[in-house]
Amino acid sequence: MTAATKPLRIVIAKPGLDGHDVGAKVVCLALRDAGMEVVYTGLRKSPAQIAHVALEEGADAVGLSVLSGSHVPLTRQVLAELERLGIADTTVLVGGNIPEKDHAVLRELGVAAVFPTGSDFADIVSFLREHGHG
Amino acid sequence: MASGGIDPLFWESGPEIKPVYTAEDLEASGGVDGIGMPGEFPFTRGIHPYMYRQRPWTMRQYSGFGTAAQTHERFLYLIANGQTGLNVAFDLPTQCGLDSDDPMAQGEVGRVGMAVDSLADMEEAFADIPLNEITVSLTINGAAVPIMAMYFAMARKRGFDLATLKGTAQNDILKEFVGRGTWIFPVEPSVKLVGDTVEFCANHVPKYSPVSVCGYHIRESGANSVQEMAYGLAIACAYVDHVLARGVDIDHFAKGLSFNFDIFGNLWEQVCKFRAGRRLWAKLLRDKYGAKDPKSMQLRMIAGGGGAGLTIQQPENNIVRGAYYALVSALSGTQTMALCSFDEAYTIPSEHAAKLSLRTMQILMDEIGLCDTADPLGGSWFVESMTNEMEAEITRLMAEIDASGGIIAGIATGRVQDAVSRQAYEREKDLRAGRRKKVGVNCYVEDEEKREIEFHPYSETAAEAQIERLARVRGERDSDRVATLLEAVRTAAVAGDNVVPSVIDAVEAYATVGEVCRVLREVYGSYEEPIL
Repeated sequence: MTAATKPLRIVIAKPGLDGHDVGAKVVCLALRDAGMEVVYTGLRKSPAQIAHVALEEGADAVGLSVLSGSHVPLTRQVLAELERLGIADTTVLVGGNIPEKDHAVLRELGVAAVFPTGSDFADIVSFLREHGHG
Repeated sequence: MASGGIDPLFWESGPEIKPVYTAEDLEASGGVDGIGMPGEFPFTRGIHPYMYRQRPWTMRQYSGFGTAAQTHERFLYLIANGQTGLNVAFDLPTQCGLDSDDPMAQGEVGRVGMAVDSLADMEEAFADIPLNEITVSLTINGAAVPIMAMYFAMARKRGFDLATLKGTAQNDILKEFVGRGTWIFPVEPSVKLVGDTVEFCANHVPKYSPVSVCGYHIRESGANSVQEMAYGLAIACAYVDHVLARGVDIDHFAKGLSFNFDIFGNLWEQVCKFRAGRRLWAKLLRDKYGAKDPKSMQLRMIAGGGGAGLTIQQPENNIVRGAYYALVSALSGTQTMALCSFDEAYTIPSEHAAKLSLRTMQILMDEIGLCDTADPLGGSWFVESMTNEMEAEITRLMAEIDASGGIIAGIATGRVQDAVSRQAYEREKDLRAGRRKKVGVNCYVEDEEKREIEFHPYSETAAEAQIERLARVRGERDSDRVATLLEAVRTAAVAGDNVVPSVIDAVEAYATVGEVCRVLREVYGSYEEPIL
């Protein structure tokens, strides 16, 4: 089986204290419908916990959902933890309430793509199919 | 059934709507025998005989950010502009039971609400506000016990008699597991803590409403209107069952339960949902629980918000939506109203936007006659037929919940969360495919400059000031006494006693939210989310 035909394994994670998880859960359902294997971490996970789940699950990509405004520091911490665990090549996506001006900031940190609130599921799916395998 | 080329029409929550209703339809749906007069059982038409002629709704915008001092200033502004109640927003660390200096609180102190660590913050937030005239609603759930304790301690210190204190705490932990997410302890002890507050208030703060059961957040998380009302009423029944099991008489505590429901969506579906829910609750209390006091049977509510109906596209449209949502609320016989502001889809409301929401409600009340007469839609063939049908739908879902082990088991296993997420997914797909119209989103779309989401500026300075203030409180209080009182909280929790009195003693001595919740976590453990 080649990497391209194996289903993508995606970890959807909620870092920080924010409890808005409708978006994260709905994206989980959409990715599953698209044939991907999805693990949802649940709320209030520390960056270290999220990186640990990514390692344990052998995730091709990690999607962070943040709606509280703390996306930049939280993403920075998650990326640092992924690096610490030696899986810095994991594709990282960020979704939620992300102001346009922060998209470039997040990409500079190493985020592959930003899908703010209102993004089309189809765009997320096709992005992951194209870039999800790292 | 629709003929003559008319397409069939269904409400989001299921029922099919005919293009015209007659007396025969109403008769077929169960007739009007069960309606009653306003102020009389089963309260379909409202809980007061003359409704708004007698008691206009309370206007209570959700507000709070930064420090207690900043929030206090916003409170004074809202009161000066005619607001008659306060609805307090707390920051996420406070809501999750963490002190401002907790590592998990970093970057969140005062961000989405007011930071409260100790009684000192509560005292500053409400300084000089007449707590006997302005009713205060505390939007707190997981950390409700220490925050309610602080509010009571503050009121008592200011010289108010707890026996006459009015107000509300949200304190509906079961819905936090479904949506909103500020749980702390596992499901069972969480319900036990709600029971403690209900019992304590029934005995000592009888005019205070210790719980506001929220269908609201379940709906905002994706549920349709029938699910919202069925899950909400099932959760309320779970609290009632728990308190009854303690041997407390139903009429001693049931009037302290209040409700919080959502108002976006189809206007008629909402109005019928409220009228049906009110009737169902009255019947449950009288027939299932044997209540005798009509007050125990009255579904009192805040019907407001509507956040999930607002859009970031063409945000001025939200002003119009807000006005219609407020109309729904008024036509539904609400006791309290609050509106999400037009900019709330992308920021914490500006003063300007919050005032517009307040003016919207005032225009309804003072200009266009919404208060003229009780339940103006009562007797309409359409509205009464669909009230009957919605009641049947809600009853059906509640029976399903019971048959599958009850709402607590449904939440503990994640079944309810799963059903709500699936509904959210279906709604999103319907919007994407244009099957459900949303102006500015999937029709009448304009090429607009992409609107920036604006977060309320996060003030590192305010966060630092809050952390310093916490350190100062810790330095100035009698630490030995606090340690002793926190041990008393632990002893009460371990013994299964009501923890509220011991928590009031502890916070009065300036024990913090984080310290109280740490002790309770050590006894009860922490909630682990079911894997979906």
